[in-house]
Amino acid sequence: MSSITEKFYTMEYGAAPEDPKEAVRWLDLHHRRFEEFIGGAWVSPASGQYITTSDPSTGEAIAEVALGNKDDVDAAVAAARKALPAWQALSGHERARYLYALARQVQKHSRRLAVLETMDNGKPIRESRDIDIPLVARHFYHHAGWAQLLEAEFPQYTACGVVGQVIPWNFPLLMFAWKVAPALAAGNTVVIKPAKYTPLTALAFAELAMEVGLPPGVLNVLTCDARNGQVLVEHPGVDKVAFTGSTEVGRIIRKATANSTKKLSLELGGKSPFMVFDDADLDSAVEGLVDAIWFNQGQVCCAGSRLLVQERVAETLYSKLRARMETLRVGPPLDKAIDIGAIVSPVQLETIRKMVETGVAEGARCWQPANAVPEKGCFFPPTLLTDVHPAARVVQEEIFGPVLVGMTFRTPAEAAELANNTVYGLAASIWSENINVALDLASQVKAGVVWVNSTNQFDGACGFGGYRESGYGREGGREGMLEYLTPKWLHTLPAAPAKAARPASDPTSDINAPDEDDGFTPAISPIDRTVKQYIGAKQARPDSGYSFPVYGREGELLGEAPLGNRKDIRNAVEAARNASGWARTTAHNRAQVLYYIAENMIQRRDEIAVRLAAAVGEEQAAVEVDLSIQRIFSYAAWTDKYEGVVHHPPGRNIVIAMPEAVGAIGILAPSEAPLLGLLSLVLPAIAMGNTVVAVPSERYPLIIGDLYQLLDTSDVPAGVVNLVAGRPTELAKTLSEHDGIEAIWCFRSDEEATLVRNASIGNMKQVWTNDGHEYDWFNPAQAEGRWFLQHATQVKNIWVPYGE
Amino acid sequence: MVLQPVTSPNGASHSVQSIPVALNGRVLETNRRMPLNLDWADQVRVNTSAVERRAATHCARRTVKKDTQAAWLLRAIACMDLTTLSGDDSADRVRRLCAKARNPLQRHLVESLGIEELRLTVGAVCVYHAFVETAVRALEGSGIPVAAVSAGFPAGLSPLAERVDEIHRSVESGAREIDIVIARAHVFNGEWQALYDEIAAFKEAAGPARLKAILGTGDLMTLRNVARASWVAMMAGADFIKTSTGKEMVNATLPVSLVMVRCIRDYAERTGCAVGFKPAGGIRTARQATDWLALMKDELGRPWLEPSLFRFGASGMLGDIERQLEHHLTGRYSATYRHPIA
Repeated sequence: MSSITEKFYTMEYGAAPEDPKEAVRWLDLHHRRFEEFIGGAWVSPASGQYITTSDPSTGEAIAEVALGNKDDVDAAVAAARKALPAWQALSGHERARYLYALARQVQKHSRRLAVLETMDNGKPIRESRDIDIPLVARHFYHHAGWAQLLEAEFPQYTACGVVGQVIPWNFPLLMFAWKVAPALAAGNTVVIKPAKYTPLTALAFAELAMEVGLPPGVLNVLTCDARNGQVLVEHPGVDKVAFTGSTEVGRIIRKATANSTKKLSLELGGKSPFMVFDDADLDSAVEGLVDAIWFNQGQVCCAGSRLLVQERVAETLYSKLRARMETLRVGPPLDKAIDIGAIVSPVQLETIRKMVETGVAEGARCWQPANAVPEKGCFFPPTLLTDVHPAARVVQEEIFGPVLVGMTFRTPAEAAELANNTVYGLAASIWSENINVALDLASQVKAGVVWVNSTNQFDGACGFGGYRESGYGREGGREGMLEYLTPKWLHTLPAAPAKAARPASDPTSDINAPDEDDGFTPAISPIDRTVKQYIGAKQARPDSGYSFPVYGREGELLGEAPLGNRKDIRNAVEAARNASGWARTTAHNRAQVLYYIAENMIQRRDEIAVRLAAAVGEEQAAVEVDLSIQRIFSYAAWTDKYEGVVHHPPGRNIVIAMPEAVGAIGILAPSEAPLLGLLSLVLPAIAMGNTVVAVPSERYPLIIGDLYQLLDTSDVPAGVVNLVAGRPTELAKTLSEHDGIEAIWCFRSDEEATLVRNASIGNMKQVWTNDGHEYDWFNPAQAEGRWFLQHATQVKNIWVPYGE
Repeated sequence: MVLQPVTSPNGASHSVQSIPVALNGRVLETNRRMPLNLDWADQVRVNTSAVERRAATHCARRTVKKDTQAAWLLRAIACMDLTTLSGDDSADRVRRLCAKARNPLQRHLVESLGIEELRLTVGAVCVYHAFVETAVRALEGSGIPVAAVSAGFPAGLSPLAERVDEIHRSVESGAREIDIVIARAHVFNGEWQALYDEIAAFKEAAGPARLKAILGTGDLMTLRNVARASWVAMMAGADFIKTSTGKEMVNATLPVSLVMVRCIRDYAERTGCAVGFKPAGGIRTARQATDWLALMKDELGRPWLEPSLFRFGASGMLGDIERQLEHHLTGRYSATYRHPIA
C-alpha cells in the first residue's frame, strides 16, 4: 500500500512543522550568545557569566544569555535615568512616532518573533503566531495613540520617571509589550527584566528598538536572576515598579518596596471561575474551556481553572468535555496543528504533577484522555479533576498547568458565592444564553475582567488586572496609562513629616489639666462632653475602657476622646463589611445621602466651626467647615458622573469598563485639616460605594462627635462610615493587617506610610499614601476629584460578545 | 487505527470503506424516523459569537501537509457529490460530468501518487430530475450513485403532492440519493409538526434511496434556526442534513456547519442513530476541503470522513484539488486549463 493510500484510510493528521529557519539564522547571527541591552548597546554582564536558555519541548539548549548582577542593574538604571530628561522633553507626537515604528517593526518580523517565542517557551506556534505577537503589535499601536494624545487627554499628569519592570515566562513578549508600551507612551524610561526561562524575544525586541532608533537608555533589557530582579525593584533610582507573576513573588516585591514611595502595579495569580449555567450553549462552553485552561498549557494567570457548572447539566457538560479532550493534540509546539505544547520547565512540570497527585489524594477523580503525550520533553496531558470541594488545595491554589477542577452549583446565588470563595480575583467567565443571568453574575463576581460567553480575550484598549490578591493596577486602556502617570502638582507639594506625631498622652497617666495661665476658659467643662467611637451607626464606648485628652492649640483641654484598640477596629471592620450593600444602592441614592449630609452640616455650621476653632483656630475652622460643605456637594455631584466607558475592541464585542467600589477602605486621616482632610478621604470612598473605617487625626479626634450627629441625621446606612479614635500609629497596624479591609489610605507621616505598606502585605490590599507629600486640602484642584475617585474604584472590564 | 481497504467483488471503487460507525465508543445505527420531540428543538442553545470563534480558530488549529495533505484531498474527492444544477444543463453536459466522476483525476496523477488500487471516484453525481436517467446510464458499472435534487428544488414551494411525486419519479428513474429542500417558512413560523410531516413524507417516498435534507441555511439566517431545523429533519428520518441549495446568497459556511455537526452529535448520543452531513455551495478550494474534513474528524470522528456520512456538494472544487495534487507531485503550481473540466 502506498504511503498516500495508507493515509487515505487512516486519515490521521501528519506532522505540520513550522520551519524555524529564519529564527535559527537570527540566533546563529548572534552566535547564540546574547548580552544585556543597556544604554542602547549590547553590554557584557559584569559577572562575565552566561546562562543557557533551552527549548522545553526537547530540552535542547537554544542560546547563552548574559547573567546580569547588581552592577548591571545599576548601569541600566543609570542609563534610564540619563535618558529620561530628553525622552520627556519630546512631544507626545514624537514619542508616538517611536511607538508606531515599534508596532510596525513587530508586524514586519512577526513570524520570527513567533517562532522564537515558541522555541523558548514551548507554547504552540498557533498561539504565538495568531495571539501573542498580533496582540503585541496591537498594544504598541494602541499606545502610540496614547503617546500622541497624552498632553490632550492627561493634561494634569506627568510620567513617573524610571520604571523597573519584571515579567513572567508565560507570555514573554506580550507581557513585555503590556509593560513597555504604556511606560514609554507616558514618557517614562524603562529597565525591564524578562523571565530567566524566556529572555529571547525581549532581546529580539531590543534589537528592533535599535533598528527604529529608539534613543539609547529609553529601553534597557536586563537578563538576570530573581535576586537581581529584586535589586531592580528595590533600586533607589526606580520611581515605579510594575510586576506580573505569582502572588508569592508579588508579596516579596511589596515587602521590598514598602520602605519607599515607589508607585506599584501588580498583576498576580488567579484561580478564575468558569461558570456554566443550565441555559448555556454547552458545546460552545466546552470550546470556551479549551481556550480557558488548555490555552498556553494552562500557564495563564487568568486561566479559567475553576469550572462551576449548574448541577442539572453537569454530567452532560463533563461528558462533552471528556470527548473534546480526546481530540486535543499534545506535541511539538512548532507543529502548526498542535493544541497543547510543552510546559515551560521540568520544575514547573513537577509542580503540576505534584498538585494533581495532591488533588487525587484529597479525593478528586482524575480524568485524562487516552491520546498520546510525547515521552521526551516537558509535556503534561490535559487533566480534569472532578469530585472536588472548595476546601481542596487544587480548588484554592493556582496550579498553573493544564488542569481543570470542576464543581457544581444549584442556583445563581450559589454560583456567585463559589466564584468569590477565593483569595484571588483576576478574571471570570460566565456562560448563559440569558443576558439577565450573565450580567447579574458579572456584577457580582469579584474580578477585574469578566468574559460573558467567551474567555481569554484581550485588547490593548481594554484594561486588564485583578481584584484582591490578584493584584492591582490595570494594563491597557486609559486606566492602564494612569499607572504610569502621576499628577503634576503632586511633586510641587511640601514634604510630609518623617515621623509620626507623638501620642497626645499616655492614657494610663493622669489627665493633665491645661495651664491655668493660658487665659482660656471654656464655657462648659470639656469633660461634660462625651465622645465615643462610631461603629455601625452606634456610639460605642471604646473596648479599652480608656479615653485620652485632646488639647487645643493653646494647650487647653478640649475634651476626651475614646482610645480605640484592636477590638474597636475589628468591630468597625465587621460593621463596614456588613454594609457592603451600599455599593449596590443606586448612584442617585448615594448622592441624595451626601447632599443630605451637606444640608445638615450647613445647619450646624457654626457650632462645628466653634468647636473646631479650639484646635485649628477660628479662621481655619471656618474655612474647613465651608470647604467641607462644598466638598460634600462635589462628591454628591460626582456620584453619578464618575462612570465607565464602553470599548469596541476588534471582533464583535462591547466591553463595559465599569468603575466599581473597592470594598471596605481603612482611612488614616491627615492632621493638617482635622475635618476637611478626613472628609476629603471619606467622601470619595463612600460616594463610589465603599464603606470606610476612618481614624481621625490625633490633633482633633473629637470631630467624631460632630460627624456622627451629622451622619445619624442624614440617612447614612449603618456601617458605611465608621469612626475610631485612638493612636493612629497603633490603629494603622491593626487596620493594615486586617484581611477584611480591601484598601488602606494613609495621609500622614512617612513613618506611618511605611508601617502601613509593610503591614498590609498579607492580603495584598491596595495602599494609597501621600507619598511623602503634605496635600493641600484647601485647594480643590488637588484635594478632590478624579485623582481621589480613581483610588476609590477599581475598573472591571466586562466583555459582552453579541450577534445572533 | 489502520483501516484496511475493502475488496469489492464487482470491481467498484475501493475508496468506500465499511468501517463501524461509532461515536465515543458507541456503535450507531442508520437513522430512521423518530417521534417528533419538540423539546429537542426547543432546547437548542447556540451562541453565535462563540460558534464563529470556534469555527475561525479551528482552521488555524489544523492543517495537513505533504503526503497527508494529498491523502486528505483524495478523501475530499471520494466524499464529493459532483454537481451540476444549472438552468442550462443538458444531457451532454451531464454525461461529461459523469465521465469526470468516473475518473476524477488524470491518469498520470493517479500513477504518480501511487493510488491505482483506490480506484478513486467521487461520492455521487448530483443532477436535476430531468437528467437522472442520463446520469444513471452514463455511470453504469461504476458503482457511483446518482443523486437527484427534488421536492421543488430550490425553493421547495410547489404543492406537497407534486414534491412527493417528484421523489417517486426520481427513485423510479434510478436515483439512489434524493436531495430535498425544506420549506423555510415552516422554520420561521415554528411549524415544526408541518416541517416534520413533510420531511417524513419525503423520506417515505424516497424508500431505499438516501435522503438528504437541505435546510437552506442562508435563508434561515440565524444559527438557532439552523439547529432547530436540523433536529426536526433528523427526527423525521433524514439520512443527511445539508446546508444549502447553492442558490442562496450565502451557502455553506463553517459556523453553520459546526452547528449542524454538533446537532448530529447530540442526536447520535440521544438516539443511537448516525446522520450524515453535506455542506454545499461556496466550497471551491482545496484548503476549504481540508478545513471541512478536519471539522468532521474533530467534531464527529473518523466515520464521518466516509461518503456514507459526509459529502461535499461542489462543482468547482475538484479542479482546485487537481491543481493542488499536481503541485504536490511536481512542486510547480499548475494552471486550470491543464486539467480536464467536468
